[in-house]
Amino acid sequence: MPLKTTLVGLGRSLVLSALAAVNAVLFAMAALVLLLCFGFGMIFLFPAGVRLIRRRATHARRLALAWADVQIIPPYRPPPPPPMPQRDGWYREGRSLYRTSMVPNFNRTFAWMLKDPATWRDLAWLLAETLAGVLLVAPPPLLVVLGLALVPQGPLYAVIGLALASAGLLLAPRMVRLHGLWTRWLLAPTPNARLTNAIRRLEQVHTEAVDTQAAELRRIERDLHDGAQARLVAIGMTLAAAEELIDSDPRAAKALIVKVREASAASLIELRQLVRGIHPPVLAERGLRDAVRALALDSPLEVSVNVELPVRPEAPVESAAYFVVSELLANAGRHGNARHVTVDISRRGVALRITVIDDGQGGADPSRGSGLRGIERRVAAFDGVLALHSPEGGPTTASVDIPRAFAGQGACGAVVPRWKYRLLALLLGLCWLPMFPQGLVAMALKIFQVDERSWFLALYLPEPFQWPMMGTMVLLGSAMTYYAYRLSIEIRQAEAGVTV
Amino acid sequence: MRVVLAEDLYLLRDGMVHLLQAHGFEIVAAVESGPELLKALLDERPEVAVVDVRLPPTFTDEGLQAALAARRSIPGLPVLVLSQHVEQLYARELLADGTGGVGYLLKDRVFNSTQFVDAVRRVATGGTAMDPDVIAKLLASNARHEPLGRLSPREREVLELMAEGRSNAAIAQRLFLSESAVAKHTANIFAKLGLAASDDDNRRVLAVLAYLNGTRG
Repeated sequence: MPLKTTLVGLGRSLVLSALAAVNAVLFAMAALVLLLCFGFGMIFLFPAGVRLIRRRATHARRLALAWADVQIIPPYRPPPPPPMPQRDGWYREGRSLYRTSMVPNFNRTFAWMLKDPATWRDLAWLLAETLAGVLLVAPPPLLVVLGLALVPQGPLYAVIGLALASAGLLLAPRMVRLHGLWTRWLLAPTPNARLTNAIRRLEQVHTEAVDTQAAELRRIERDLHDGAQARLVAIGMTLAAAEELIDSDPRAAKALIVKVREASAASLIELRQLVRGIHPPVLAERGLRDAVRALALDSPLEVSVNVELPVRPEAPVESAAYFVVSELLANAGRHGNARHVTVDISRRGVALRITVIDDGQGGADPSRGSGLRGIERRVAAFDGVLALHSPEGGPTTASVDIPRAFAGQGACGAVVPRWKYRLLALLLGLCWLPMFPQGLVAMALKIFQVDERSWFLALYLPEPFQWPMMGTMVLLGSAMTYYAYRLSIEIRQAEAGVTV
Repeated sequence: MRVVLAEDLYLLRDGMVHLLQAHGFEIVAAVESGPELLKALLDERPEVAVVDVRLPPTFTDEGLQAALAARRSIPGLPVLVLSQHVEQLYARELLADGTGGVGYLLKDRVFNSTQFVDAVRRVATGGTAMDPDVIAKLLASNARHEPLGRLSPREREVLELMAEGRSNAAIAQRLFLSESAVAKHTANIFAKLGLAASDDDNRRVLAVLAYLNGTRG
């Protein structure tokens, strides 16, 4: 092991040991704060105390990643949204009204911190780190110091001292790594917390999807109400007027009818645009491949399209994918100053991947472009993600992965034939039979010379065939068990949509 | 002139039957689904077919597929396709065999009976009738194409009308020009785009469309 690594490890052990001492102080403070909060009712100290502990724990997580290469996801629940004032400017919290947001805000923060198990795990870690963490990181530096102190005491001591010091040096980097793993044990989210957070995120995505959908419906309603509907009313009125005039003044009636025709043509154009916005007709008629080809044809850029989809994805995924390509193409033309664009759509396992590469000037930034934000929102509903690589000067590569685009279609992955399930059930149900009674139990009876043949097949055979028969039975049982095990793995993978 | 008509909306089908009959066409079959259409086209071998893109049973591009299939077995069978929306993609597929006798119009164009009937006749005689919307899209997607940028605005107008499938006489009437002026413009356009000039109206239109389609992958 190079000297540098060991020396760095030694330094890190020292720092971690010192930090463990800091933890002791922090724990004492935390204990005092808890006492003041819940013993003397000074609960206003609580958030400040928790923030302090969290800062230390976050720091420890960062160190674990940087020094021990152990990644620890922050386990905290997302902070509560700030309280919103009512229409009259007051803040309502349960049955009380407040003039400012201070008290409701404090209440929310307090409840958020108090109910988050991560707060208490942090606290437990503070204490455990001062006791156990020290045992991991303190020995290497101590060994080195002790060893070096022994050296001047005499030749024998010098040998022992040098051995101790080098042992300390060698141990140091390993102990830092071990310490990182130990930190993860307490500071990483529990499986429960991870699930809770995942559900929270899903809820958020769901809310956003529902909101987007509602906004879309409102837009369609408004467009229909102000456009086609209004025009139809006008058409009806004009026709009524024409009907009255047709006998007395046929010329005027004819002029009105011409107007009606124009109005109906205009409303048709409006409806056509509306339909295109809701669900592009080519997509409905031909599917994603041709819809994207149609987009490419309509684009002023040179677009090469490569769609490799053995089956059509679900309609909502298809529609999202279409809008992604449409938005990315529009972006390339508008901002990127591109000339050539390549669109690739392919299937990766159960995922759908869309890659759009343009030779424009690059520099696209999802935090600024509303179009890119729109794409992210749109694919978030399918757990999809947008990855954007757009250095200044180009080229820009945008790729969108929709992870379970084909998951609903068992037929397109590896289908598990029904007989495999039956075979698995049969194997699992019967594998014990040759293995235990016919094989091992019969062997035991034979070895202990028990004069009982019961239903053990082998014991009814002539003497020379008995042992081979029992061996075959055991082998058969093992083979059945093994095959059942393989089969179950295969089925599980096929069900998960992974092609074996 | 013998016509096969495919349209699933009863009112529109009935309206078109009356319109075409009033202009002296003979409706040999008025059908409402894709399979019926294909059968009618192959059995009746009409002089022209007027076909809606979206038909039962799938309500996708049933009509277009039937028309394309019929043209594969009867090359050059004149087909006028009507749709609620126009796509360059479909226009390309119709024009792909290069034999002419195809039309692709928005349904709204039926409103203007003289123009609609004119389009049907044009297609029946082996000409083309492309919707102005298709041509506009085609030109818009060719916006960066160098030679097109060299056309004067007037020449562009002539090009658009020509691509729709109109004859010199019709273009002259439309733009209030003399026929010889139109002929001059056409000659200029062909020279600027580097196309071989042709006196035959239909072949000329197909050359222009092939050129516009060919400039892009």
